[in-house]
Amino acid sequence: MSKWNLIVDVAECTNCSLCTLAVQDEHVGNEFPGYAAEMPKHGHHWIEIERRERGQGTMVDVAYVPTMCQHCDDAPCIAAARDGAVSKRPDGIVVIDPDKAKGQKQIVDACPYDAVYWNKALDIPQHWLFDAHLLDAGWKEPRCVSVCPTSALRAVKVDDVQMQKMVDDEELEPLRPDLTTKPRVHYKNLWRYNRSFIAGTVSVERDGIVDCLEDAQVVLKQDGNIVSCLQSDGYGDFKIDRLEVDSGAYTVEVSASGYATETREVTLDESINLGEIRLTSAR
Amino acid sequence: MFRLILWVLPWIFRIARWRFPEFRERLAERNMVVQIRTADSSAGRYIVLQDGGIRSGAGIHDDPTVELIFKTAAIGTKLLMPPIDQLEQIDALKNFLVRLEGPDEDGVWFAQTVMAAMSAGWRIGRKMTDGTTRYCTMTNGGPLFVYVRDGKIIRTTPIEFDADDPESWSIEARGKVFTPPRNGALAPHAMNWKSMVYAPNRLQYPMKRVDFDPNGERNIQNRGISGYERISWDEALDIVSSEIQRMKRDYGTGAIASSNGSHHNWGNIGYYLSAKLRFMNAIGTTEVHHNPDSWEGWYWGALHHWGGSLRVGGGELFGTIEDCLENAEMVVFWSSNPEATGGVYGGQEGTVRRRWLRDLDIELVHIDPYFNDTAQFLGGKWISPRPTTSPALALAIAHVWITEGLYDKEYVEARTKGFDAWRDYILGAEDGVAKSPEWQESETGVPAKDVRALARKWGNKRTYLAVGGMGNTFGGACRNTNGTQWTRTMVCLMGMQGLGKPGVNVGNLQLGVPLDFSFYFPGYADGGISGDLNNTALATALYQRMPQLPTMNPSTQLIPRLRLPEAIIDGHAEGFLWDARTMEGQFSKIVYPKQGHAKVHMLYRYGTAILGTLNDANRYVAMYRSPNLEFVVNQSIWNEGDVEFADVILPACTNLEREDIGEWANAGGYGAHFNSQINHRVIAYQAKCVEPVGESRSDYEIFSALACRLGLGSYFTEGMREVDWVKRMFDASDLPQHISWKKFIERGYFVVPSEKPEHRPPTAYRWFAEGRKKDLPEAMPLPGDYTEQFLEGLQTQSGKFEFESSSLKRYAPEDPERPPIVKYTPSWESAESPGLEGYPLQLMTPHSRYSFHTQGDGKDSFLNDIADHRMLIDDHCYWVLRLNPQDAAARGIKTGDLVKVFNGRGAVLCAALLTERLRVGVAQGYESSAVYEPMGEPGRSVDRGGCLNLLSPRRSQVKNSHSMANGTAMVEVVPWDGDISFERTEPLTDGQAVAAEAAE
Repeated sequence: MSKWNLIVDVAECTNCSLCTLAVQDEHVGNEFPGYAAEMPKHGHHWIEIERRERGQGTMVDVAYVPTMCQHCDDAPCIAAARDGAVSKRPDGIVVIDPDKAKGQKQIVDACPYDAVYWNKALDIPQHWLFDAHLLDAGWKEPRCVSVCPTSALRAVKVDDVQMQKMVDDEELEPLRPDLTTKPRVHYKNLWRYNRSFIAGTVSVERDGIVDCLEDAQVVLKQDGNIVSCLQSDGYGDFKIDRLEVDSGAYTVEVSASGYATETREVTLDESINLGEIRLTSAR
Repeated sequence: MFRLILWVLPWIFRIARWRFPEFRERLAERNMVVQIRTADSSAGRYIVLQDGGIRSGAGIHDDPTVELIFKTAAIGTKLLMPPIDQLEQIDALKNFLVRLEGPDEDGVWFAQTVMAAMSAGWRIGRKMTDGTTRYCTMTNGGPLFVYVRDGKIIRTTPIEFDADDPESWSIEARGKVFTPPRNGALAPHAMNWKSMVYAPNRLQYPMKRVDFDPNGERNIQNRGISGYERISWDEALDIVSSEIQRMKRDYGTGAIASSNGSHHNWGNIGYYLSAKLRFMNAIGTTEVHHNPDSWEGWYWGALHHWGGSLRVGGGELFGTIEDCLENAEMVVFWSSNPEATGGVYGGQEGTVRRRWLRDLDIELVHIDPYFNDTAQFLGGKWISPRPTTSPALALAIAHVWITEGLYDKEYVEARTKGFDAWRDYILGAEDGVAKSPEWQESETGVPAKDVRALARKWGNKRTYLAVGGMGNTFGGACRNTNGTQWTRTMVCLMGMQGLGKPGVNVGNLQLGVPLDFSFYFPGYADGGISGDLNNTALATALYQRMPQLPTMNPSTQLIPRLRLPEAIIDGHAEGFLWDARTMEGQFSKIVYPKQGHAKVHMLYRYGTAILGTLNDANRYVAMYRSPNLEFVVNQSIWNEGDVEFADVILPACTNLEREDIGEWANAGGYGAHFNSQINHRVIAYQAKCVEPVGESRSDYEIFSALACRLGLGSYFTEGMREVDWVKRMFDASDLPQHISWKKFIERGYFVVPSEKPEHRPPTAYRWFAEGRKKDLPEAMPLPGDYTEQFLEGLQTQSGKFEFESSSLKRYAPEDPERPPIVKYTPSWESAESPGLEGYPLQLMTPHSRYSFHTQGDGKDSFLNDIADHRMLIDDHCYWVLRLNPQDAAARGIKTGDLVKVFNGRGAVLCAALLTERLRVGVAQGYESSAVYEPMGEPGRSVDRGGCLNLLSPRRSQVKNSHSMANGTAMVEVVPWDGDISFERTEPLTDGQAVAAEAAE
């Protein structure tokens, strides 16, 4: 039985917001009986793009993560709903029946992803329904996917075995690994969002002139063990990435032949730019 | 034969009436007697239209409503007998061989009814199985399918190509094959139209300021404060047409100025360079002459080194995508953020191509004070100079190349001129200051070591310079105070590295897609239906294919747009021409008022709101309240910006409520081959998807109605409805060779087959680098602008790349702001500048990412929900101001706080967004808010709409130009304390500034 899944590649999202606009275009002013009532014009973000900036100075990057109903196989909202107001379709899509769900605010509260919105005017919970109404009418993919200019969003309809293989091959992760809801939305390159880096710039002074130092050896240690080892680039820059946030004390050793090794002690919470590390002659 | 043709005509009506209910309805609109005859009445037939019925008789009616009179029967036969020859018809009209007499409205209605009889069977749009009809439209951000049910827009989607559409192109580079997706990648604002059509601030009916009486007290001082009352279209049109007549009667031709924004819609018919220009020429107006906005620095700067006047100072573009992917080792994006603006008009079509840079691991650098969207997407080294200082950084790069021998000496020797003078300046021979990396550090804030590292890489690698939003022009730093310096240094760096050699060129993969440009379809500046053979590309591009009654503005008086407030308030304004034909076109001075001409007393505003887009915008607020402006009419879709300064408001409809035809990103004469940003050439039948909201009308219909009141109706319309002009445009293009009209209007779009690989043009400037004749398919420069042989050399006087510009040397060699070689002068807008003390932050105001100028913003549109566009605080959507956390902390500001951004020119309330993407000392917010919302008296209170252009400087980048320098402004930012008052401290206009200086 093939089922729908959404793959979100964090490295490709530019926050162009076409996906969120397409959701508004589709649902504001339109009701789809059996699927969804009208979406309020403002304030509901059935797809919401989270922003994460990392670093400081000229060593920064920014990741955007589209989040939405995760269409969980063990969906807490289904458990919380009365009268079968929320159900799981055979194709994996979770639907909230706009009539049966009336007054059931606990469906909103049940979602650990904050992806269900309360429509005050209509007294109903609402979410991104994977465009089930369109897929049932023969559309090939949800609208957020077809408007995405970078393929940061991909919809695939495969059986669970095939999906697991894609998860393994493409190193996909759940948005919240701490939860056990079995989401059908899978994230790629999530480290851009939920990991930290330690960065810096290596320079040297020769004859009164300061220059960037390429190929300086940068070693990152934790508790005496080498965590990572790399060379500075043509601008003297180095960036050790994919470190756990709040992962404690590290030592950064910067060395180059002919120069005295420089050491920096870092306690990592969010990403940090150590700034310029000037090596001086070993003599 | 003439009699036979006349006998047939009523039968055409009868058949159409019998077959098509919509034609039946039209016939029932009016009762009239139409007499068609020869001038001597020797032959004729009359048609009586009465309550939807048709009666006809041979001979002459004794009381016709309208008469269509042919000079002779032979002429009548020639003009009416199919196939219709347009040129003959136009000739006959020009020479008064055929005349329409009687009330203009009736005459135009009858002529349009004849057209309606021909078109009654057209079936527009595709019926879908779910009961919707799918139409197509074109926007500034790409084509849309528009699904409509029961007269209501259900949804809009990007177009998806089908099997009938031609194959896409592919490019091979470094062993990989790249081909684009088969759909249209939209800009965010394109996916916003449903909310814009149904916006709560749509103007639904004509309105008049409550205390404006055209025959009595006008209460000009209350503009911007008075409320409005609904009036009928008849009353509105009567007021406007009689004011037009009064202006000409009391003051003379040219007393009316017409002014429009650049892009509030898209298409070849209802566009400002089409229908609006046709109307304004027909009534005679003082043109508010545009500056090359968004291209400022290129036109007034880079142009003088490498030519390119016909691309507003931008460079060549062909073949650069293939060349970059195949040959470049590095791409330096310098103030180049194509992901924000989609080049311009290009949606996100270029995004996928820039992604290929990543696929090929090509090294990337981003130079921008803001870690921009392109840097975010592509990654690479970020270098962050202070705004306006990039020319210093560029000089330092050149310094490294010169001192370390890292430039192409042979190329400089063979292909360029004047290098020695520039080199000597850089080395310090002129002023004793070497423009070294260490020298630039105090200006730019960029460490010298980074400059040296970049210069060495660049000097050793085949490098593309991606400069500006389109890669070889547009936006970014070209809009700040030092925009001319910046563009000049950019092209001079390329002159040193061998512009045109493999992998060495300008581009950011936005322009230069291998499309078939020999397929003719007009762009927006190709004249449309303007009839204007002088001020559009009509004469060179379209007129031969679509003859039309020529129009010519009887007034040659101009007002430089950026000096419109001065023209009205001071009664005097000066500027320079944007005449793209030659490099010298820009040296012509504009002086207002023109000798012996009427001063302007009426303003006809059309299109987009301007307070968000034009610099030092409080000047415009003051202008509207000047007693010198006796009448202001604003023809607008939405009630926003400066609309509520008008005396009469005419409600126009959107693109989705009227017919048009247009090609994605085709700018025609404004910028040749700008459609090469798009992965496939897409031409849309821009259908009237829904009826106009409320009583709004299309711009064309508004102009037609006014024209009828001035007796110009048949001249303005040529008896055509908009849809008839669309058909005429279709026939004029190459479309009929590929698709039938019937199929085109049903499908809604056509994709032009891509160019075959063997026919693709060579790479830009390769001919120049290799010392050959120009081999690119573009008619620029003008044939007479080559120095030696036709097609030999650049547009410059020497035909070479000129480090020392001949044109500037000839024009104003001692001009310290724009000397023949480019030098660095610190910005005249800084914390040290007189009057700017106390404003320590440099505010950058780049082009907006989510809206297109004011299009898409405000209007309670979907864009309001994008947190990077506007922020909702206490039920109001505030414009976003970005601040570095250090600057914010020093001022006690956090994300989501309301902040007052201000200087001596204005004050704006914004929502703060703290970000490390900005260097310390720099704030950033987009230009172009559509909303102007003074919290008290206009001009003397804080604006909470977000018009950051209230803060930008009045003066031109360089004195001898007509340019905006509104990319940066010095400001202070403080937490909002609720005080809505603002008192301006800077002189308001040029005239007041001169007076203030004299008083001192």
